[in-house]
Amino acid sequence: MKLSTMRRHVREGTKNIVRNSWMTVASVGAVTTTLVLVGIFLALMFNLNQLAENIENEAQMKVYVERTAEDQDIQALEKQINEISEISEMEFSSKEEELEGLISDMGESGDQWELFEQFNPLNDAFNIKTYEPEQLAGVASQIEQMDNVEEVNYMKDVVDRLIAFNDIARWIGIIFIGALLLTAIFLISNTIKMTIIARQTEIGIMKLVGAKNSFIRWPFFVEGALMGVLGSIIPIAVVAGGYFYLYNQFANKIPIPFFELLPANPFIWQISGILLGIGVVIGIWGSVMSVRKFLRV
Amino acid sequence: MIEMKNVHKEYSNGVIAVDDLSVNIDAGEFVYIVGASGAGKSSFIKMMYREELATKGDVLIEGKNVTDMKQKEVPFLRRNIGVIFQDFKLLPRLTAFENVAFALEVIEESPKKINKRVLEVLEMVGLKSKARFLPNQLSGGEQQRVAIARAIVNNPKVVIADEPTGNLDPETSWEIMQIFEEINTRGTTIVMATHSQEIVNKLRKRVIAMENGQIVRDEHRGEYGYEA
Ligand SMILES: Nc1ncnc2c1ncn2[C@@H]1O[C@H](COP(=O)(O)OP(=O)(O)OP(=O)(O)O)[C@@H](O)[C@H]1O
Ligand SMILES: [Mg+2]
Repeated sequence: MKLSTMRRHVREGTKNIVRNSWMTVASVGAVTTTLVLVGIFLALMFNLNQLAENIENEAQMKVYVERTAEDQDIQALEKQINEISEISEMEFSSKEEELEGLISDMGESGDQWELFEQFNPLNDAFNIKTYEPEQLAGVASQIEQMDNVEEVNYMKDVVDRLIAFNDIARWIGIIFIGALLLTAIFLISNTIKMTIIARQTEIGIMKLVGAKNSFIRWPFFVEGALMGVLGSIIPIAVVAGGYFYLYNQFANKIPIPFFELLPANPFIWQISGILLGIGVVIGIWGSVMSVRKFLRV
Repeated sequence: MIEMKNVHKEYSNGVIAVDDLSVNIDAGEFVYIVGASGAGKSSFIKMMYREELATKGDVLIEGKNVTDMKQKEVPFLRRNIGVIFQDFKLLPRLTAFENVAFALEVIEESPKKINKRVLEVLEMVGLKSKARFLPNQLSGGEQQRVAIARAIVNNPKVVIADEPTGNLDPETSWEIMQIFEEINTRGTTIVMATHSQEIVNKLRKRVIAMENGQIVRDEHRGEYGYEA
């Protein structure tokens, strides 16, 4: 496409937007509302996925030794576990060390647990890491069969529950946002329809003097895309700005194990790009719908 | 130049506007299409620039079959045909100059060439001095001159006019006819539907008379033939 042609399409598309100002405001408003919600939803989903991944990657399990086990039983167990080739690291943690760890994990509220130092209800344990997270399940079931093992705990349960939660949240989000996206597309396509009707005479003359169909259509795609771009400005400001603020306030201060906010850089750039992209796509989509239906060329 | 072979046009409501019509129009000819209202003149003309599709038969422009032409080729067909209407069809927000330039802009001519060519044709139709006027600042005859300028700005081989003087007084009509004559002298084929007995009888050309969608008379240097 020639540069002068491209300039003309942009100029015409912009003119349409200005001419249709009220319809444009409604469409841009719908895009804005939708994208703000899409942005918040995406920020949540990305961080939850990250959490699930962090936990999953932590290829660690805890083997609790039965309280009745004697020292030599524990040594025998250790030897037996050591023979499993998938294990990369293994460390014994006595019940006293476990309690200390628990108290320090709890921070302030951990003080009340100090009472238990007299009578420690915890078990001795082995902290075990495998080379790969996928090996956890197999190793866990082998160890569970061994004598003097009370329980084997690893993050699978948590991960499974988190993934299930993510799935549900994702579906609710997709349906809700899908409805909003459709509304926005519908409003855009309606605005474009108005433009097409308003420019009927002009379009007729263009066809008569031999303008190519694509030439006639382009300004409407530009108009749609522009509405998408305008509609993504506020969402980008809100979501990227909000995330940047939250990140600076709370990163590293969230007391949930494995949970860390995705670093603001590059996340806010990524999410801004995604929001802008979605805006442009629904804008063009809306105009394609109307152009197909109402622009007989 | 224009060849029609056994052309039928039936509209979706069942009206048969053109009925088994065959005709040849050579390059450089000037042809009037006459006939009572509803005879099928406009329908006949519209099939030439593919505003309407023939339901049967072939319409050939420069040997190219218009009827089974691909959608994509239609714009290029129309670049070779200038069309003029009774109601001018100018864009009210554009000046005379811009209305003419519009026809070249939308086929992606370079701005430099557009400027030069538009002034040329406005000069030819005698409207250069009013190039910056809006249509509502021009008389009917002047508006039709702009429309003619727009139709010929791309140097089409054929100019098709559907009652171009229908809205004009006799004197103005006559001025407009001089312009058509001039365009024809330069080698452009002209097909003009008209109800003006005066014009047809004074500026003698080939006359094709239609009745009920058929050609009932085809004479060189013919007369209008009946009372309108
Ligand atoms: N788009 C259409 N749909 C249905 N019927 C149509 C259409 N256009 C024209 N007709 C019918 O076809 C017939 C021929 O019409 P056409 O416009 O070709 O006549 P015409 O000779 O140009 O008449 P006039 O001198 O009044 O312009 C008429 O009966 C008309 O009602
Ligand atoms: Mg007619």
